[in-house]
Formats: sequence, C-alpha cells, structure tokens
Amino acid sequence: MLRILIIEDDAEAAAYLAKGLTELGHVADRAGDGEAGLEQALAGTYDVLIIDRMLPKRDGLSVIEVLRKGGNYTPVLILSALGQVDDRVKGLKAGGDDYLPKPYAFTELLARVEALARRPKSGGEVETTYRVGDLVLDRLAHSCRRGQTDIPLQPREFRLLEYLMQNAGQVVTRTMLLENVWEYHFDPQTNVIDVHMSRLRGKIDKGFDVPLLHTIRGAGYTIREPAG
Amino acid sequence: MNRLARIARTTAFKLSVLYLAVFTALSAFLLIYISRNTNQLMLAQVTQTLNAEITGLPEEYVRGGVRALVASIDRRARRPDASLYLLTDFAGNPIAGNIPERPKTILGETASGVQRVHYLRRDAAGVEEEREALIRQFDLRGGYRLLVGRDLGETRHFVDILAEARQLWIGVVVIMAVVTWFFVNRRVMKRIDDIADTSQTIMEGDLSGRLPVAGNDDEFDRLATNLNAMLDRIELLMHGMKDVTDNIAHDLKTPLTRLRNRVETALREARTDTDYRSALEATLDESDNLIRIFDSLLRIARIEAMTPEAGMDTVDLRQLVGQLADLYGPAAEDAGGRLNVDVPDGLLAECNAGLINQVLVNLVENALKYAVPETGRQVITISAAEAGERIYLTVTDNGPGIPEEALDRVADRFVRLDESRSEPGHGLGLSLVRAVARLHGGDVRLQDAEPGLKATIDLPRAAAHGDTTDDDRRSTG
Repeated sequence: MLRILIIEDDAEAAAYLAKGLTELGHVADRAGDGEAGLEQALAGTYDVLIIDRMLPKRDGLSVIEVLRKGGNYTPVLILSALGQVDDRVKGLKAGGDDYLPKPYAFTELLARVEALARRPKSGGEVETTYRVGDLVLDRLAHSCRRGQTDIPLQPREFRLLEYLMQNAGQVVTRTMLLENVWEYHFDPQTNVIDVHMSRLRGKIDKGFDVPLLHTIRGAGYTIREPAG
Repeated sequence: MNRLARIARTTAFKLSVLYLAVFTALSAFLLIYISRNTNQLMLAQVTQTLNAEITGLPEEYVRGGVRALVASIDRRARRPDASLYLLTDFAGNPIAGNIPERPKTILGETASGVQRVHYLRRDAAGVEEEREALIRQFDLRGGYRLLVGRDLGETRHFVDILAEARQLWIGVVVIMAVVTWFFVNRRVMKRIDDIADTSQTIMEGDLSGRLPVAGNDDEFDRLATNLNAMLDRIELLMHGMKDVTDNIAHDLKTPLTRLRNRVETALREARTDTDYRSALEATLDESDNLIRIFDSLLRIARIEAMTPEAGMDTVDLRQLVGQLADLYGPAAEDAGGRLNVDVPDGLLAECNAGLINQVLVNLVENALKYAVPETGRQVITISAAEAGERIYLTVTDNGPGIPEEALDRVADRFVRLDESRSEPGHGLGLSLVRAVARLHGGDVRLQDAEPGLKATIDLPRAAAHGDTTDDDRRSTG
C-alpha cells in the first residue's frame, strides 16, 4: 500500500486518479491548488507526490522547489500538458523524479508511481546482486546465471534485465524501458521494445520450466518470482 | 485645396522647390557675375582705345600745327564707328570735332585721367540727344584743348542685353523646374501610387498581386523587386499554413469521424457486454491515435517556431546513430533484414540531438513499416558524410520506395500519399523531418534509391576541435 498525494486542479482528473489508485489498495489524498498541496505535502508523510505542472496559486515546479529546499525528498511524478523535451528537462531540474505528459494511460501512471515508490533511497545501501527466483544478476561481475546455467548477455540486454529486476514484481511500461535503458523520450510506433524483450526472454526463460518474464497486456512487462 | 495640400506634402514637390531655389540662385549669381565682369572688361577696352587715340593726335599737332590736327580729326571723325573728338581754342570755342560743345559735366580744366561724362550728340538730322561717354582731355600748346571720347551707348546696350538675358534665364529656369517637377512628380507619384494600389489589393486578400517592375533597375525597381520577393515568401507561408490547416482538418477529422461512428454503432447494435467492451477498446485505440497525431502537429509547430540556436550542441554522429541502431537493429533483423550504419568516426555535427534522434526514428520507423522489399530481405542503411561545411545524414531502404511522380509531391508539400492515408502519422513524420532539417539550415531530399527510398537531411558541421562552447557548457551546467 502506498500513500499518494495528488496535487491537481482539474477535479475530474484528480477524482479519476484517486479512484483508480484506491481500487488498487493505495491511499490517495487530493489537493486542488499549489498552496494547499504544498501544505499537505509538508504535513503528511507520503510515498509519492503526483503534481500537475500548471496549478492555481502556486506553480507545480515551485511546489517541488520549495519542498526540496526544505529537505523533503519524497519522490515526485510531474504531470504536464506540455509534452516537449525542454519541459521535461525543466521539470526534472526543478527536482521532479519522473515526468509524464498528458494525456496518459492509467497503467502508465501506475507503473511509474510504483517504480518511484520502490526506488532505492539515495544514500541507502546499493544492492550489488539482484535475485528473482533462481535468476541471479551480479552487477559487479556483470554476470548472469539461472540455476546452474551461465547466461551470456550483451551490454544492452544486461541493462534491460537490470532495470527489470530492480523493479521486480512491478509492471514496467515500454516507454519506461525506452527512457531508462536507452534514454530516449519518444513514443515508438513500432514493436522495437517487444523485439528486445523477446530476445531477452529467449535467453533467460527458454529451456527453463518456469517463466519469469511476463507480458502484461495493455501495460508492459514484469519480471517476478514464480507463484507458490 | 485638399489636393493642393497633398501635392505640397509630396517629396517630389519639396525636392522640386528646393532644386528650383538652388538653380535660380546659382544662375542669378552666375549672370550677375558675368555682366559685371563684362562691363568692367568693356570699360577697360574703351579706356585702352582712348589712350591709343590720344597719343597720336598731339604728335600731329607738334608736327603740322593746328591745321594738320584739324585735318586729322576731321578725317578720323568721318570714319564709321568713330570716336568722339573736340578741339577747342583758348576761349573754349570748338574748332573741330564731331560733338557740338564741351560736355557740361566735365571736371577740372587740366584733368588728364579718363572720366565718364554726359554729352550732347547731334545726328545727321540735327536732333540733339544726351548720351554717356568716356572721355580724356589733353592740353596743347597755344591754349588749345583736345578732347577724345568714346560713346558708351554700345557698351550700355550690351549690359542691358545681359540684364534682359538674366531675367529671361531665370524665367526659363523656373519654367524648366516646373516642367521637370511635373514629370518627376508624375513619374514618382505614379509609381508610388502603383505600389500603394497593389498593396491595397493584396491587403484585401488577393495575394497573387505583384508590384510593377519597370526594368530600368532604379531604386523603385529595387524596392519593388524586394517587396515582390517578400510577397512571394508571404504567399508561400500562407499556402503552407493553408496546407497545414487542411492537413490538420484531415488528420483529425478522419479519426474523429471514425471514433464517432464506432460509438454510434455500438450504441445502436451492441447487445452483450463483450460487444460494448470491444467497442470501448476500439474507441480507446482511436483516441490514442488522435493524441499521437495531435502531439506530432504540436511538435512540428514548436520546431517551426524555434530559433536555430536553441538546444544546439556538438554531437558525435557515430555515437548517436550507433545508439539508435542498437535500439532498432533487432527489429530489422526480426523482419528478416538488417540495419547498417555507415558513419565515419569523429564526425561532429552542430545540432539538436533530441530532434535528430526524432528524425532518424521517424525515417527508420517509416522504412520498417512501409519498405518491405519483394525479396523479403529488408536492408536499411543510416549513413553520414561530410561535404564542406555540411554533413549529409541519409536513411536508405530497399523497399518499393515512392513512385517517381509522387516523389516531387511528397518532397514539395509533404502530403501523405493516398495509399498510406489509412496509416497514421506518415505525412506528419516527414513534415517533422523537414521542419528539423530547416531548423538546422538545410532541407530534406527524397530520392529514388533504385529500389527503395533515400531520405537525406543536411546539418551544419561542428567547428573544428578546440571548440570551447562545449566545455563551457559543461563547466557551467
């Protein structure tokens, strides 16, 4: 369960978000303008803040800047109708952690919020080894094995698997993969990501009884422990 | 009145008045100067003549006495255009000469210099007339006095002619100025009126109007040529805008209509939950498609409005293309083909990396989507080469390409070809490529790769190594 604050002046959009998040078992609070949102964010303890870029009374970026100056490092997902590259850069520079242009698919937002919440805190201990079931990824030795089998990976495949295992158990969307593994910010019109995923699947799941890498229809991919 | 005031305000009128004043003053000065000098010159000449005459006569007297002198005077006085002579005795009575008496205004008995006097002249009919003359007198032994003079009538006459000419000249100058003004004014006013009229029709919405160019390469021609070039550009932009509007109308209206039809059909025909569900899913897909189109349109508009300097960086093209090939290579291989990279090491371009990525993504995705060759082995090549100050970045495929006659059309207006109208984004994808190419001071060229399509954009080459801007940016950022 995550505690999430939604600072959004469009009441309908905020209600839609809150409803979706609550249905999945999260707690979602709402604030209608920048000042109220800043107050609530400072008062409460939230796992993730969802902040609209353009807000009445106080601009979304200004809310983030005030929070960061006050030592509050709660992860922030910026929502914006301005979907351009320079707007993204501005948002991240102001202290935002992720940026999602409007309109967005709910699954995309959910995947990003959950990824933000699970993100290792800065200054925390960095894991050197990721494990999912019998799949082990050694980040120091740059090696991968499943059970007793060594799996040779290309550098890009290694980054891909690393990102998936870092978010093990959660859904990662295609755009998240594109942004975090390739550092591209665009919406691909072809199945480029799926091709890379099927190659990776061929290496880590092919020939094993239990599949670890799953396609989540309409959302993206997830790597998770076998059930039971 | 109004018309007069309008004429008085024109530059042509003001210039004409100024020129008229300057010319009049100048010619008046010139004429006064000439007449004064002429006058002096003629007087000097008369004086010289007098002196010459007077030196001869006293010698005559010394040699032959009064009789010889009188004979000589009579002889000289009878010559045509004779000077004036008067010989008087000690009592002042005239003895010989061609004037009846000593001029009354003559000065000093012994004066020997040249002086100007009035005298009485008697013509053949005996009519006396007072005239002006320049005279010199000479005392001879025996109380005789000799007076030699020269009538100034002719000189006077000449000066009068000059004065008359002066007035006439000024009159002619004024008339010429007015005539010149009239023609200049008519010419200038006419051309300015032409320009004003043409701009009026253009303002009223007829963008095809152009200013008349006389073809004599004067300043009006230069002005008209420049204004025409500007109008050409405006017309092009307006057409471009109209095309964009038409494209937006088509690109957004078509999917919106589809969306509406689906919802309507679902409401009318759907019976089961599954029916509703599939209708809603189709609606969702269609609205995602709409959002994508809208995003592309916005992005193109943004790029077209960008200043060229914004976001420019020194970019290693091999690295940029390599990364993209890393992403798209497997997709090409899965389709049974391959993605080649042919970019030399250390090729640096001055460009906006994000936008160049977008361009390559659009071109490569187009190739992946449309360029399935008959042989089934799809080969896409991204290559770059420098030529002078530009770098040519090319994406080539070996698919069916675009028919020759459509190639021009696509390159010209970036309309979508009808065959691909149903696929979203194609036309806009190329529009974006062109917008980015133009932002980098170049353009996009589509060619037949025989077979296949070859799309090239050109970028500015980055300044040679040692370019400091990159380091500066890094240290300040």
